[in-house]
Amino acid sequence: MTTFAAARLVLGREIRAKLRDKAFLFSTVSFLLIIIASIAIPTLLDGGPTKVAVADSGSGQALRQAGFAIVEVPDAAAAERLVRDGDVEAAVVPGPGVIALDERPDEVVEALSTAPEVQLLDELPYNPALAILVPLAIAMLCYLTSLLFGLQIAQSVVEEKATRIVEILVSSVSPRALLAGKVAAMSILAFAQIALLAVVTVVGLKVTGSDAGLLDVIAPALGWFLPFFVLGFVMLATIWAGVGALAARQEDLGSTSGTAQMVVLIPFFAVIFLRDNPAALTVLSYVPLSSPMAMPIRIFQQDAAGWEPFVALGIVAVTAALLLAVGARIYEGSLLRTNTRTSIAAAWKTRSTAG
Amino acid sequence: MTTTVLEVGAVDRSFGDRQVLKDVSFSVAAGRLTGFVGANGAGKTTTMRIILGVLAADSGTVTWRGVPVTRQARQRFGYMPEERGLYPKMTVADQVVYLARLHGLTAADARRRTTALLDRLELGPRAGDPVEKLSLGNQQRVQIAAALVHDPELLVLDEPFSGLDPLAADSVVAVLRERAAAGAAVLFSSHQLELVERLCDDLVIIADGNIRAAGSRDELRGRHTLPRYAIEVDADAGWLRDEPGVTIVDLDGAHAVVELASGTDDQHVLRAALAHGQVRSFGPVRPSLAEIFREVIK
Repeated sequence: MTTFAAARLVLGREIRAKLRDKAFLFSTVSFLLIIIASIAIPTLLDGGPTKVAVADSGSGQALRQAGFAIVEVPDAAAAERLVRDGDVEAAVVPGPGVIALDERPDEVVEALSTAPEVQLLDELPYNPALAILVPLAIAMLCYLTSLLFGLQIAQSVVEEKATRIVEILVSSVSPRALLAGKVAAMSILAFAQIALLAVVTVVGLKVTGSDAGLLDVIAPALGWFLPFFVLGFVMLATIWAGVGALAARQEDLGSTSGTAQMVVLIPFFAVIFLRDNPAALTVLSYVPLSSPMAMPIRIFQQDAAGWEPFVALGIVAVTAALLLAVGARIYEGSLLRTNTRTSIAAAWKTRSTAG
Repeated sequence: MTTTVLEVGAVDRSFGDRQVLKDVSFSVAAGRLTGFVGANGAGKTTTMRIILGVLAADSGTVTWRGVPVTRQARQRFGYMPEERGLYPKMTVADQVVYLARLHGLTAADARRRTTALLDRLELGPRAGDPVEKLSLGNQQRVQIAAALVHDPELLVLDEPFSGLDPLAADSVVAVLRERAAAGAAVLFSSHQLELVERLCDDLVIIADGNIRAAGSRDELRGRHTLPRYAIEVDADAGWLRDEPGVTIVDLDGAHAVVELASGTDDQHVLRAALAHGQVRSFGPVRPSLAEIFREVIK
């Protein structure tokens, strides 16, 4: 059997095992619920346009244009009654004057006033709130997925070591096939989970109508995020597998995975804290470990030239290939040391299995 | 006529400064059960791992039908490691099917053989249960199923009987005999020397990483048999002391063990015994495997 065929069998088993794993299903469903809730709740709370009672015939037109629901009343007394009863948010009485219960209705006041024209010289193409939210979301997504799925790769490697089934596996297929199958399976699952979340988000925004041009704005960043995410994940996946192989039991993972966790954590915090510093973010967008987070952010901020993501992606790809070789060697070198945890040096030196 | 299929030739292996295998050579024949016997730490597991390619040898060769073993050839080997292991949450059938497929079987073949083998090992009703729900004895049977499912040409079993109750051991023995009869070569290690003695056709004895003895069981027995005879008569056997060419090894009333000097005719001693009265038994003393083992590992 070829290494490829063997890796495919391993991949199939890993995916089936994960899809039956309650913890995995639970985390996927929780993510979905969080997303659905964060889209649906604001829509549900939004009770439609604000109602305003109008007793002043001159103001009705301006308020209607500003999107308020108008309740026409004959006089100021009727308007006041409606405000007191809570049937309307505010009332406009002849004068014109504005009546409200306990809060100054700034929106109504604004609609009635004439504001001078404002011209922005460097206008953001999107809502300023998004400028904060989108980079955070990209970095969080990258960080959480690589940590969660990375740990799962490590756990599934340790499981095979701790249950000793690894010896039977290695006697029939090469360690490389095992490693490749595992990494591919987890990458597919991680990617599928992200894709599922993305689809649910997009559908949710469309259905609730709260899209408001958001998708057009984040589409290029999202488009680039996918290849960066896939390569970035594969880059770290073999390291996680190596970390798993160094441990002999699940309890060892805490100590063997420390380095790998730092490798994920440090770039995450660097991107989060330096995201408003264009020079620093540019550097981070080329450092392979942070580039999957930093480059999509720069693309979103329309700060990256057309060629830049290609170069960064190339650097990530080369690093992934290098780390793949390192991770594979550590994995093979420590896979059969099932008694105690293995040091990286020992794993590196071990002559492993025969051809 | 036996056909040697597996040849281990001059294999050395060290872990750090400790050399665990020194010039290990022996062969395993098709259609025969070969017992691999040695004390703890003698090098049995390391040797088996090298045969399976789980470990690499420092030097020496392992050949299968005359050619160095390749991963391709190992697809036709079945292995049961000393440290048992299966995926705890996978069902019995899924697990065996998966391992069968890793050995190159098609999905349909893997499923068909798994069903047949689980029935044969009386695990049919548990096929859909996760392995962790099974008793240890049944887990052991699943492990054996995993080693057998692809109908291997060579079976390597590291302590297959440890942890089995006598009934389960018997059913495993039956399955191994069946495989050998069908032409497979079977190499198994065990501490239970009586069981090995009862079961195996050939023997390999290892001590401190050296092969001390190897060959067919009967040949080894013959080689280590002294010209000793046990005799049981009705009356006192004390007259044996005066018999020419006879040395008493043990004498206890009517029962005696004697050693005959070379050239002494055993039939002559028997006639002498008959002349002294009734003879209940007379025959050569065959050393047990345990005795041979103790002698060769000295």
